[in-house]
Amino acid sequence: MSTPDSNNATHADIDADVVFHAHGITKIYPMGEVEVQALRGVDLDLHTGELIVLLGPSGSGKSTLLNILGGLDTPTAGCVLYRGRDLTRATERELTEYRRYHVGFVFQFYNLIPSLTARENVAVVTEIARKPMRPEEALELVGLGKRLDHFPAQLSGGEQQRVAIARAIAKNPEVLLCDEPTGALDSSTGIVVLEAIERINRELGTATAVITHNAGIALMADRVIHLGDGLITHVNINETRKAPHELTW
Amino acid sequence: MRALNHKLVRELWQLRGQALAIALVIGAGLAAVLMSISTLDSLQNTRAIYYRDYAFAEVFASLKRAPDSLRERIAAIPGVNQVNTRVWAPVTIEIAGFTDPISGLLVSAPRAGRADLNRLYLRAGRLMDPDRSDEIVIGDAFAEAHGFQPGDRLGVIIDGKRKQLRIVGIALSPEFIYQIGPGSIFPDFARFAVLWMAPDVLATAYDMDGAFNNVTLTLTHGANAADVIDELDTVLERYGGLSAYDREDQTSHRFLSEEFKQLEQMGRTFSVIFLGISAFLLNMVISRLINTQREEIATLKAFGYSNLAIGAHYAKLVVAIVLFGIVLGVIAGVWFGQGLSHIYMEYYRLPYLHYQLRPVIVLVATLVTASAALIGTLFALQRAVRLPPAQAMRPEPPPVYRATVVERLGVQRWLSQPSRMILRHIERRPLKAALSVIGIAFAGGIVISGTFFKDSIDFMVEAEFRLAQREDIAVTFTEATSYAALHELAALPGVTRVEPVRVVPVRLRHGHHVYRTSVQGLAPNADLHRSLDLNLQPLAFPPQGILLTEYLGTRLAIKPGDTLTIEVLDGSQPVREVPLVGLVQQYIGVGGYMDLDALNRLLREDRAVSGAFLAVDEADRETVYARLKTMPRIASVRVQENSIRNYYASIGDLLLTYTAFIAGLAGAITFGVVYNSARITLSERSRELASLRVLGFTRGEIAYILLGELALLTLAAIPLGFVVGRALSAHFVATIHQELFRVPLILEPDTYTLSAIVILISALVSGLIVRRRLDQLDLIAVLKTKE
Ligand SMILES: Nc1ncnc2c1ncn2[C@@H]1O[C@H](COP(=O)(O)OP(=O)(O)O)[C@@H](O)[C@H]1O
Ligand SMILES: [Mg+2]
Repeated sequence: MSTPDSNNATHADIDADVVFHAHGITKIYPMGEVEVQALRGVDLDLHTGELIVLLGPSGSGKSTLLNILGGLDTPTAGCVLYRGRDLTRATERELTEYRRYHVGFVFQFYNLIPSLTARENVAVVTEIARKPMRPEEALELVGLGKRLDHFPAQLSGGEQQRVAIARAIAKNPEVLLCDEPTGALDSSTGIVVLEAIERINRELGTATAVITHNAGIALMADRVIHLGDGLITHVNINETRKAPHELTW
Repeated sequence: MRALNHKLVRELWQLRGQALAIALVIGAGLAAVLMSISTLDSLQNTRAIYYRDYAFAEVFASLKRAPDSLRERIAAIPGVNQVNTRVWAPVTIEIAGFTDPISGLLVSAPRAGRADLNRLYLRAGRLMDPDRSDEIVIGDAFAEAHGFQPGDRLGVIIDGKRKQLRIVGIALSPEFIYQIGPGSIFPDFARFAVLWMAPDVLATAYDMDGAFNNVTLTLTHGANAADVIDELDTVLERYGGLSAYDREDQTSHRFLSEEFKQLEQMGRTFSVIFLGISAFLLNMVISRLINTQREEIATLKAFGYSNLAIGAHYAKLVVAIVLFGIVLGVIAGVWFGQGLSHIYMEYYRLPYLHYQLRPVIVLVATLVTASAALIGTLFALQRAVRLPPAQAMRPEPPPVYRATVVERLGVQRWLSQPSRMILRHIERRPLKAALSVIGIAFAGGIVISGTFFKDSIDFMVEAEFRLAQREDIAVTFTEATSYAALHELAALPGVTRVEPVRVVPVRLRHGHHVYRTSVQGLAPNADLHRSLDLNLQPLAFPPQGILLTEYLGTRLAIKPGDTLTIEVLDGSQPVREVPLVGLVQQYIGVGGYMDLDALNRLLREDRAVSGAFLAVDEADRETVYARLKTMPRIASVRVQENSIRNYYASIGDLLLTYTAFIAGLAGAITFGVVYNSARITLSERSRELASLRVLGFTRGEIAYILLGELALLTLAAIPLGFVVGRALSAHFVATIHQELFRVPLILEPDTYTLSAIVILISALVSGLIVRRRLDQLDLIAVLKTKE
C-alpha cells in the first residue's frame, strides 16, 4: 500500500494499487447571482482493498466528492482518474457504463425499488452486470439469506439498507461508495449495516468509501479523511481498524 | 401568504407542460360544446331575424287558379293579417354548355314599395322594372353555381314557350333558405333555380292575367293557424286548392327545422359527452397532480398553515389552469362556431349571420368544468392533509407489492426485473391503472363517435342509391297523366327501361297521429325503383294495402295489420282506409308505398301516372336530357347520379365537416389525457428511475420501465375505446333518427383504425416528450431528497 498522502499523478498512473486518483477537484454550483464553492481543490487517492471514512459537518462537501468519484457528477476543475481513466472527460454513455460495471452505491434513503422483492432488487443489477454473484449469494453476505422474497415494505429500515448493500456489491464492483448509510437508522441497526459493509470490504477486497458526519464510525476505517468547507483539513490513519460492534455513537 | 403566491406562480411555471395539457382537455371539451351550441343558436337566431325583417309568411296554399278578387275574401278571414297572392310556375332552364336538365321555379316577385310578404334580400343588381317584360331576379345560389352576374341572359321555357330573359338582380328569400327542386331532398344549386319576375309580367307569360295560383299570408297576433287554414281551405276549394299548410309544412322551413333538430341533438349529445368526459379526465388528472404534492403539503402544514389555507392555495392553482383552459375553449369554440356556421350558410341560403353565443352556455360549461376540477382537487387534498405532517414528510413507507397474477401463472422466468416492475406497478394500483385506461379509452371513443358518420353515410348512400333507387333519371310530369306518356319515353333512343310512378300528396292519420307526406304507387314488377325490407332485401309489392317507411311506422304508432287513414290532398281529395301490410327500410326521406294499380283504384282513377323512372345507356344520356327538355308535359328531370353527388356535397359534407371538427377536438383531448398520464407517472416514479440510473441503467433501459407501462395501458385502452366508441355511436344514431334521414350504425375497420392511430400518436408524442425529460433526470438531486 502506498503512502496515504501520495498525490503524484505520474506515480498513480502506473500504480496498479490505486483505484481512484483525484487531483485538485473543485466544484462550484452556480446559484444565480452567487456561487457555492462545494469543493475547493481536493486531492485524494483510494487504494485497492482500503476502507476510508469521509468525515465532516453537514455541507462540507462529502456528498459532492463521493458523487464525483461515482460518476454521478463532474467537477468544475481538477481530474479524477479511475484506474488511469479520466472520468472528467467521460461521455454520458461512458459514465453510465462505469457505474454499471465498476461502482456500487449505497444511499442514506436506500433507494430500493418498492415493486421488487429483495432478491429482485439485487437481480435488477446482476441482470445487467458482467460477472455478478447470484442475488442469493449477495443477500447471504449481508445476512438476509432468509428474506429473499420479501418486498421492501415487509423489511425494516436496517434490512432495507442491507438489501441496498447487497445490491451494490452483487456486481462485484471495484469500489463501494456509501453516503451516510446509517443516517436514517438507529445505532444498533446501523452497526449491523456497517458490519455488512466491513465484511464486504474485508472478504471481497472492495475499495470502500463511507461518508458520515459521525466521528464514532471513523474508527472502523483504515484512513479517515476530514473535510471542512470544501477542503481536506487533515487525514488520520488508524493503525488497527475497530470492528463495527466495538463502535459506539 | 405572499410566499405561497410566489410558490403558486413558480409551480404553475414548473407544471406548464401538464397545465397546458390539462387546459387542452378543458379547452377542447368546451370548444366542442360551444361550437355545437353556438352554431345552432346562431343559425336559429339568424333565421328568426331574417323571417321577421323580410316578412316570411305563416300560412301557404297552392291552387289551380283564382281571380284576383278572391284576395279580399281571404283577407277577411278572421285571424289573417297580411295576404300575398301570386303566380308561381315550374319552368325549365337552358344554359349553353350545360347539358344536365335544370328545373326552376318562377315566382311573382313581392310588390316593391308596399310592405309585401316574403321580401327579397338583394345581394347584387336591382329589382326588376315592372314595365319591362324580360327582366328577372335570380336566386343567389344558382347565380353562384353558374357564375351569373346582373346583365347576363338566361333561357327559360315558360309553359312550353322559350324566352330569353335578362338577369337584373341576384337575391335571397326567406322562403328558400333551404332550396330543393321537386322530388329532391338535397339542394342542387346548379340544377335547381328560383327566379322572380314582376307579378304582372309573369301572370301574362303564364296565361294567368288577373288571377293567381298561390297564396301566402301572415296571422294576427294570437290567431289560431289551424282555424285559418280550415277557413282558407273552404275558400279555395272551388279553385282547386291543395290544402293549405303552415310553416311547419313549408318545404324550406321544414327541412331547416329538421336539420336544426338534428344539429341540436348532435350538439346536445356531443356536449354531454365532451363535458362529461373532459370533467372526468380533469378530475382524474388534477387529483393525481395533487397527489404528487403530498410532501409539500405536509411541509406547509408543519409550518402551521391551516388545511383551509393549503386548500385555497391548491384551489388557486387549479382554478388558474381551468381558467386558462376556459379562455382557450371559448376562443376556439367561437372560432370554430363561426367557421361552422359559415359553412352551414353555404347550404342554408341566409343573407347574413347573427352569430350568437349565449353567456349562460359559457357559464354552465365553465361551472361544470370548474367543479369537476375542484372536486378532484378536494378529494386529493383531503387524502393529503389527513396524514400528520411528520409522517407525510418522512419517506413514504414503501408501498406493498406482490407478485402479479401474470407471474403466478408461471411466466415469471420469462420476465426481466424491469418487466416485473411494470406489471407490479400496474397491479399495485389497479384503480389508477384502470382510470388511466378508461380515460384514454373514452378519448379514443369520442374519436370514433366523431368519425363513424363517414362509414354510415357511405352505407346509406349505397343502400339508397344502389339497392333501392337504381334509376338513371326520374321524370316528373306537370300533372297526372295516362300510361301512354310512358311509351313516348320508352321510344327515346338509349332508354332501356321505363317504370311508372304515381306520387300523391297525402295526410296519413292513425289515431291522433297525423303526418303529411306522399304515397308512391309503383309497378309490382319494379326493378329500377324498389323498396327494401328491413333486411335491405327488395320487397315485392302486395296487391293491396300500403307499406310505410319504418320511421313513419314509429311516428304514427302503427304496426302491420293496423288500418291507416289516407287523406288525399289532390284532385277530389278523397279519404280512404287501407291496411298497413309492412314496413320498409329507407334511410333518406319518408313516405308510403303502394302497388300502382291499387293506388289508382283507391283514388278511383284509371291507370294514371305522375312520373317515370328511366334506365338510360350511358352513351345516350345527353341526347335523352336534350329530348326531355323539349317535351312539354315534363315538369322536372332528376338525374340520379347528381342526387348522389348532391348528397355528398350537402348534408354529407356538413355532417362530415362538423364531425371532422369534433374528431380534431377529440384528438386534442386524447393527447391531453395520454400526455398527463405519462407526465404524472414520470413524477411519481422519477426517484425510482433515477436510482436505477445511478445503478448503471442506461436511459433506454429506464425509459422502457416507464414507457412500457404507458404502452401497456395504451394498448389496453385501444380495444376498450372501440367498445366505448361503438356505444357512443349507437347513442348518436338513436338520437338523430329523424324524418330527413336516419343513419345506420355502420363502423368500418378504418374508423377503428383512426381511433387507434390517434391514441397511438398521442402516446408516441407524449412518450417522446417524457423520454426527453427522463434523459434530463437529475440523479443527485433525486438521491438527496426523500420520497
Ligand atoms: N446541486 C447543488 N446546487 C447548489 N449547491 C449545492 C448543490 N449540491 C450541494 N450544494 C452545496 O454544496 C455544499 C456541499 O454540499 P454536500 O456535498 O451535499 O455536503 P455534505 O454531503 O457534506 O453535507 C453545500 O453548501 C451545499 O449547499
Ligand atoms: Mg451529504
